[in-house]
Amino acid sequence: MNLFETLRIGLRGIGANRLRSGLTVLGILIGVAAVIILVAVGSGTTQSVTANLESLGTNTLTVRHGTFGRPGSEARTQFKDLTVADAKALMNVDVAPDVKSASPVVSAQSTCSYEGTTHDTAITGTWPSYFEASNSKVSSGSYFVNDDVLNARRNIVIGQTVVDELFGTVDPIGKQIVCDDTPFTVVGVLESKGSSGFNDADDTAIAPLTTVQNHLTGYGSMDSVLVQSASSEVMDAAQSEVYAVLDQRHSIADSTSRDYQVLNQATLLSAVEETTQLLTVLLGAVAAISLLVGGIGITNIMLVTVTERTREIGIRKAIGASKGAILGQFLVEATVLSVIGGVAGVLLALVVTRFDVMGITPVIIPASVVAAFGVSVAIGLFFGSYPANRAASLRPIEALRHE
Amino acid sequence: MSPVISLTGITKVYGMGETTVHALRGVDLTVERGDYVAIMGASGSGKSTLMNIIGALDNASDGHYELDGISIDSLDESALSIVRNRKIGFIFQSFNLIPRTSALANVELPLLYRGVGRRERTARAKAALSAVGLDGRMDHEPNELSGGQQQRVAVARALVAEPSLLLADEPTGNLDSHSTADVLDLMDQMHAEGRTIVMITHEDDVAARADRIITLVDGLMADDRWNRPRGERRMAATEAGLS
Repeated sequence: MNLFETLRIGLRGIGANRLRSGLTVLGILIGVAAVIILVAVGSGTTQSVTANLESLGTNTLTVRHGTFGRPGSEARTQFKDLTVADAKALMNVDVAPDVKSASPVVSAQSTCSYEGTTHDTAITGTWPSYFEASNSKVSSGSYFVNDDVLNARRNIVIGQTVVDELFGTVDPIGKQIVCDDTPFTVVGVLESKGSSGFNDADDTAIAPLTTVQNHLTGYGSMDSVLVQSASSEVMDAAQSEVYAVLDQRHSIADSTSRDYQVLNQATLLSAVEETTQLLTVLLGAVAAISLLVGGIGITNIMLVTVTERTREIGIRKAIGASKGAILGQFLVEATVLSVIGGVAGVLLALVVTRFDVMGITPVIIPASVVAAFGVSVAIGLFFGSYPANRAASLRPIEALRHE
Repeated sequence: MSPVISLTGITKVYGMGETTVHALRGVDLTVERGDYVAIMGASGSGKSTLMNIIGALDNASDGHYELDGISIDSLDESALSIVRNRKIGFIFQSFNLIPRTSALANVELPLLYRGVGRRERTARAKAALSAVGLDGRMDHEPNELSGGQQQRVAVARALVAEPSLLLADEPTGNLDSHSTADVLDLMDQMHAEGRTIVMITHEDDVAARADRIITLVDGLMADDRWNRPRGERRMAATEAGLS
């Protein structure tokens, strides 16, 4: 008896009990699809978060004002402002050779309107160097320039979300928008960076520092200074230089009592990547459990099938079926069920992952497809082998007597 | 030429200790090629046990069994499956067709397990079904066939592999009188064609069709008589064919 004949007999067995076979297939289908989809969602999250962080520039340091609840900071009473002078000091090539640019940043939550349409967004006041440091490019129009900052011109560059909310399909370049009673001229539109879940990177507007200070925030401390290092290799050197310059300017002797904080984008990136990869592994593990449960479902169904068909097995043995033939028949049944489930699961996963899940675009990992499918086939063989063996080992005389 | 069946001192004991049951207490039986033998006996006489042993479905506790010159006692399970496939054709009281499987596929099954190629298998199965008068029923599944038709499919399945021995266990037990006559006529025809038949029954009129009637009582052969001389009907059939 060859493989083809064994396959034919096995398929006939599956076709003879469609509902039960269908439910078994469903178990494997859900398991396989869950593995692929959840791993895809996990890696989609990783990629989206990573891309988001990268879109902020990979070789930047953010100097933030304040201590952000660091333990022991309550003892400090004297907070020095983070100032434009601090930013200028960081651009001194003699003391900070690895710093390419330092852009002071203030931001204000503001309500902007255009011809009766309003939209709330965050306006960032900064220098033109901010565009390069934060990896913000304009897709149409132009950036504002140093001259605009010196003269506090009311020019503004807006993100795609702001364009969509205020202008719809109208070309915004050269139009006037009013933000908190201050008219601004739109000079540029930023390239879309996409959104990740709850954080929309396109819902932003960038204007000259002096303009924002004049009209929106006043002349207090900078919220932060965005420092761009000369390259991603000298990030650590740049960080030390920032500490050295600012410690001196803020008269800080003890590094534990700084009145500012430096966030390293690269460190942040690797920390976030670790977290999201852990998430992927956890999701995958949950899905793998459901695949295992599907496998146990196969054992269960095959055991029922063997019991129910004991008499048939007896008949087959009486007319000369060898142990191998019976074993093959039931193994083929179990494996075909799990292969059908596996294929259907892969197809379902391919369809589902075309859609966004909670703002995350799932990214299919080919290895997860291969693994999930391979495991489903192995599950058929493994979980099918026990019932198949039981069937094959039945004594014909007892199997025939079975009612 | 060796006899088809040669049983010497066959015993079968079930259970142990006080619950021991002696189903067979030493049966000696020889069946020659072309014989048509009926084994009779009340229930509990051991006739089913004997049938299982002859059919290589069960092992004897003691004694020696040769089927077509092959010593069955010493064979392992895989060799036994080959013996069942090639030497024996079973006909059961409850037909025992594979459910949800067409008559043709049922008849093909012994050839399938023997490894006969698809085309030859189908051709031989069709011929066997024609021989039992089921030309138009080949694609029907067992539940679409009457009892008599199902038993004729079973006869076709038993015959298709050209076995040395046709073993029938109460073949008419579940049939009405009309179908009973059909199936018995079919077996007469097989006998006339020279096949060796062993049939188990408890009905006298069914047993009367056989040439030789063996009666079992309490696991022993109580009676062994010939209805008509060995081979008489076969000879008659041959002559009829010649004339």
